[in-house]
Amino acid sequence: MTTDTTIKEQMNIVIVGHVDHGKSTLLGRLYADTGTLPTGKIEKIQAICKQQGKEFEYAFLFDAFLEEQQQGITIDTARTFFSWGGRQYIIIDAPGHKEFLKNMVSGAARAQAALLIIDALEGVRDQSKRHGLLLSMLGVKQVTVVVNKMDLVGYREDIFSGIEKEYRDFLNQLNVTPQYVIPASAKMGVNIAQVSKETPWYTGPSVLDSLAYFSLETALADKPLRWPIQDVYKFDARRILVGRLTAGRLKIGDRLVFSPSNKSACIQTIEAFNIDPPLTQAEAGQSVGVTLDEQIFVERGQIASREAERPLVSTQIRANLFWLGKRPLETRQSYVLRLATREVPCEVTTIHRIVDANNLNDRQTQSRVQRNEVADITLRTKSPIAFDLYVDFETTGRFVLVDEYDVAGGGIITELVHDEQEDFRTEARERDSAWVKGDVGTAERAKHYGHQPAVLLLTGPDTTSKGFLARKLETVLVAEGRHAYLLSPENLQRGLDADLPDTNPDEVVRRFGEVVRLLTDTGLLVICTTNAFTQPARQVVQTVQTLVNPIPVITIHMAKELSGPQPDTDLAFAGPENFDDCTSRIIQLLKARGLMSDPPAGRSELQFSI
Amino acid sequence: MKHLRQLEDQSVYILREAYKNFDNLAMLWSMGKDSTVLLWLARKAFFGHVPFPLLHVDTSYKIPAMIEYRDRLAREWRLNLIVGQNKKALAEGMNHERGRVECCTALKTQGLKLLLEERGYTGIILGVRSDEDSTRAKERYFSPRDKNNEWDFRDQPPELWDQYKLSFPPGTHIRIHPLLDWTEINIWEYIKLENIPFLDELYLDQGSGKRYRSLGCAPCTFPIESTAKTVDDVIIELRNTKVAERAGRAQDEGRGMEQLRKDGYM
Repeated sequence: MTTDTTIKEQMNIVIVGHVDHGKSTLLGRLYADTGTLPTGKIEKIQAICKQQGKEFEYAFLFDAFLEEQQQGITIDTARTFFSWGGRQYIIIDAPGHKEFLKNMVSGAARAQAALLIIDALEGVRDQSKRHGLLLSMLGVKQVTVVVNKMDLVGYREDIFSGIEKEYRDFLNQLNVTPQYVIPASAKMGVNIAQVSKETPWYTGPSVLDSLAYFSLETALADKPLRWPIQDVYKFDARRILVGRLTAGRLKIGDRLVFSPSNKSACIQTIEAFNIDPPLTQAEAGQSVGVTLDEQIFVERGQIASREAERPLVSTQIRANLFWLGKRPLETRQSYVLRLATREVPCEVTTIHRIVDANNLNDRQTQSRVQRNEVADITLRTKSPIAFDLYVDFETTGRFVLVDEYDVAGGGIITELVHDEQEDFRTEARERDSAWVKGDVGTAERAKHYGHQPAVLLLTGPDTTSKGFLARKLETVLVAEGRHAYLLSPENLQRGLDADLPDTNPDEVVRRFGEVVRLLTDTGLLVICTTNAFTQPARQVVQTVQTLVNPIPVITIHMAKELSGPQPDTDLAFAGPENFDDCTSRIIQLLKARGLMSDPPAGRSELQFSI
Repeated sequence: MKHLRQLEDQSVYILREAYKNFDNLAMLWSMGKDSTVLLWLARKAFFGHVPFPLLHVDTSYKIPAMIEYRDRLAREWRLNLIVGQNKKALAEGMNHERGRVECCTALKTQGLKLLLEERGYTGIILGVRSDEDSTRAKERYFSPRDKNNEWDFRDQPPELWDQYKLSFPPGTHIRIHPLLDWTEINIWEYIKLENIPFLDELYLDQGSGKRYRSLGCAPCTFPIESTAKTVDDVIIELRNTKVAERAGRAQDEGRGMEQLRKDGYM
């Protein structure tokens, strides 16, 4: 064996296909014929087989668990290592049994290329197609098909050609073109490590040689920048933003825009440990740390890009989704969506159809998606998310859904669905990017005021003394030395809104939102009630949220009686309560959210000098 | 070298996910080459800091040089080191002569379990690698353990696109494995690239024609025949060997590892 000593790169390859079509056998053979197995490994397995009175199979080399060997199936994905031709391969052996589809998906999701195995005697089967469909959804675009067990059909070219044609036609519908279709016998070692004489009519490479034709995608660095923020660290004097670049490049001095907050700043340094000379740039794939020239609001889940190449933002997306959950996916059920580093509650609003791997054009409408099914869906997130379409960007164009404690499904985004906030969102983005700033930023104001700006919206039916609580809250906050202001929407009616006809309630809310936006930019805690609006409170809250983004909006609901938990509210009070108590609970919430610190000692008495 | 940076970027990403999502997190450090590389990667991920405690499950049978090395690095790198021990089993005289799997279960698996119960960790970072052992080859990066510390390998959660298992029922915990994709050779290549201090007196031949390839307890770990005196020698030796890495680890014999790992062994 020629052991290649200069490893230049690393690549993950997955082996998939229908159960019993010979995936583990192919893998075992590949290792045995290239001399990559440890000494004594084959002998050890042979001894176990003899003891148990069964025929030795190469598959046993990687089916590690007792149960796997006893049943002759692969239960879970194994990673095995293999170096050849200057590359270190991690070969992932995925189970073919339908029951273990989630394990197959876990294996294939890590791969850059796939070997798809089809049994020559059985031909194209259910899982051959389902695996093909899933590979295309998982982003594995490089596929080589191996038609295995050719020894069982006498190495007949016509049988091979029939399977090749059928499967190529299928992959075509998924826009996947196989690199090679190879006739082989893993058991006999035909066309595995080298091309063999049993198939004189075959002119392509062996399975081993075909691996070199899989390319490692390097074009990711040439795409527009996508840098999802993973965390913000403050271990020492540096405030470091960390995350892994999923596309593009960045360098010191570059201006970054964060979505969906629309905040912007320039890269001051790129931080790293034990790297000399210090980094000045980074590209897709790297986990980096960056400091900014301005202390702007950034948190996990936002995506950094360049100003002119921002990701999309909406609360609604259309996607193709595969479901692996223990329970079926249902509409109107709450799940957690995770896209890159963003995590947000969501629900599926529509299941458009279930995709049948055996008949890709068939349309079946369903109200739920069962385990192992693929569906075309629309979903709505609780707050706006930044994302891309899957055809444009892989990592920021896909997501998983979490049901209870587990990742239960994965999806690729096919469309942005417009939501009712889109016009306001565009207005906020354009206004923010053209905003003329002074030298004092939000962070400096917060430092001096002892709190971040925020909007406190009191909602609920009339006659619950919301106005009284609002006034009380303002009084208490100001007495504590906070910068708080009560803005009643009615105060805009005869001034700013004097020109508005009664028939334009949207514009009333928009102008109100813009005024609140201005006040929060001065660092204020703005307190408002919502009764003066003719629109429903939910809609008012959403519009204000969109216009003041990313300043937090705290909603406080008051009603005579509370009927169950109040969705989308931060605090709920029943009845006229003890207002002192309500006020202190609101202040506690502000502190718990990290929006307000305790008043620093010695700062309660303000010093004036004239 | 590019492949080492690829591995590093992935491991750093996993460590940062763990730090962000687990309130009560700790890392196991056995002073061996793998968990020391893992510790180094934590310093990479957190810019020279190690923002969680390091746990050492001390069986009392470790090679003395390992303990000296542990205490020296803990001081130099300002580590929060927590040493746990199954004192009850030791008091009752547990040792390898009562059976290797029994001894490992009592002193390591149980020792770890006691430490987890006492401190209530919800995330434990470990330096296990896929190529060490065929059950480790089937691990997830974020792998749940139930209330009894057991691993249900028949029903592992899906793991895709760097979206890991971050939530779990009360009373259970998650094992985090940032080194799954690293091979033994990668570990040594990285030690060389980053100039990481390692236990050279054990891992390299000091003139006796022997060195340790894998470190564990003194009675159950045996050196291999080797004249490798530098990290480069080790890398060349490993490229040409066909002997399994853990061949010198007695507890691996038969189905030892599958049973041990199912019950909560690392």
